[in-house]
Amino acid sequence: MAFVNLKNKEVQAKIVYYGPGRGGKTTNLEYIYNKFNKRIKTEMVTIKTHGDRTLFFDFLPFDVGKIKGYSVKIQLYTVPGQVKYDATRRLVLRGVDGIVFVADSMAVRREKNILSLRNLQKNLATFRKSIFRVPIVLQYNKRDLAEQGIPLLSLEMLEKDLNSKLKAPYFEASALLGSNVVATLKRIVWMTMSSLLKELK
Amino acid sequence: MTYMLGRKALDEIEAVLQQDLSDVGVDCIFLIDMAGNVIANLDNGEIKHDIYSLAALAAGNFAAVSTMARIIGEDEFSLLFHKGEKESIHFSKVLSDFLLITIFGKGISLGFLRLKVAEATEKIKRILEPFCTP
Repeated sequence: MAFVNLKNKEVQAKIVYYGPGRGGKTTNLEYIYNKFNKRIKTEMVTIKTHGDRTLFFDFLPFDVGKIKGYSVKIQLYTVPGQVKYDATRRLVLRGVDGIVFVADSMAVRREKNILSLRNLQKNLATFRKSIFRVPIVLQYNKRDLAEQGIPLLSLEMLEKDLNSKLKAPYFEASALLGSNVVATLKRIVWMTMSSLLKELK
Repeated sequence: MTYMLGRKALDEIEAVLQQDLSDVGVDCIFLIDMAGNVIANLDNGEIKHDIYSLAALAAGNFAAVSTMARIIGEDEFSLLFHKGEKESIHFSKVLSDFLLITIFGKGISLGFLRLKVAEATEKIKRILEPFCTP
């Protein structure tokens, strides 16, 4: 539910990082926060368990700059990935304008990626939103682990499992090292703003 | 869904927040939507809170409490209020999509605040109704 303030010429939109637990959603936000800390004037908000897992959400407001004369403020959120937190995941999705689905490239997480994407589809449907209509970018995270000899899902397999119907843009990334984190963000911001402009026409 | 508010509606909302709440001594007032976007905010000039983080947490907190209410068979809890040593925070739902949040000190009683918030909420409802989802 993006909000356009015509008085202050400001747009606020909500982008949610979704995906299975321990997939790197929080690490994406932490990288963005550290990389752009001069532009982000506030602290990153995190609601974690004692075990350092996301309990409710992480939140990071991010000023993108001006688009067509309007200053654009993007609110970045993550959801808790663990299966048991489905109720809170659904709450965070309320009013979402764009989604980054962070998939875990490790071979052992194949099933968890598929279940999480299905869960996203189901939860979006509770807000009468279709996964095929909402702006979405897939991020295949942890590609750097190949160098450590950890078995990873091939790009073809990830595409077949997660993106054969969606046909969404995707990035191979390492949230820990920062590769393609910013590219993913730029792409989803661009898609969200394009969709918003189309809606306002 | 994307919605727009123009200068007229926003000026009217700010006037209500100013006259009904800020002028009677409420330290900080902000109106947000349930997605956590900030529609309007006013403060007394002395305190500077991180409004965007507060808005995200308030929207999440309100949604979590509403879900808890439903689980125990209530439509919603009528009083949402956290009391602090110096500052307290009060939440009031406006229509189905918005939330009015007030932060106030010891100089205001909770009863008086609730009365003023109820008055302001009614006025804001009338301004926002045309912009609401059916």
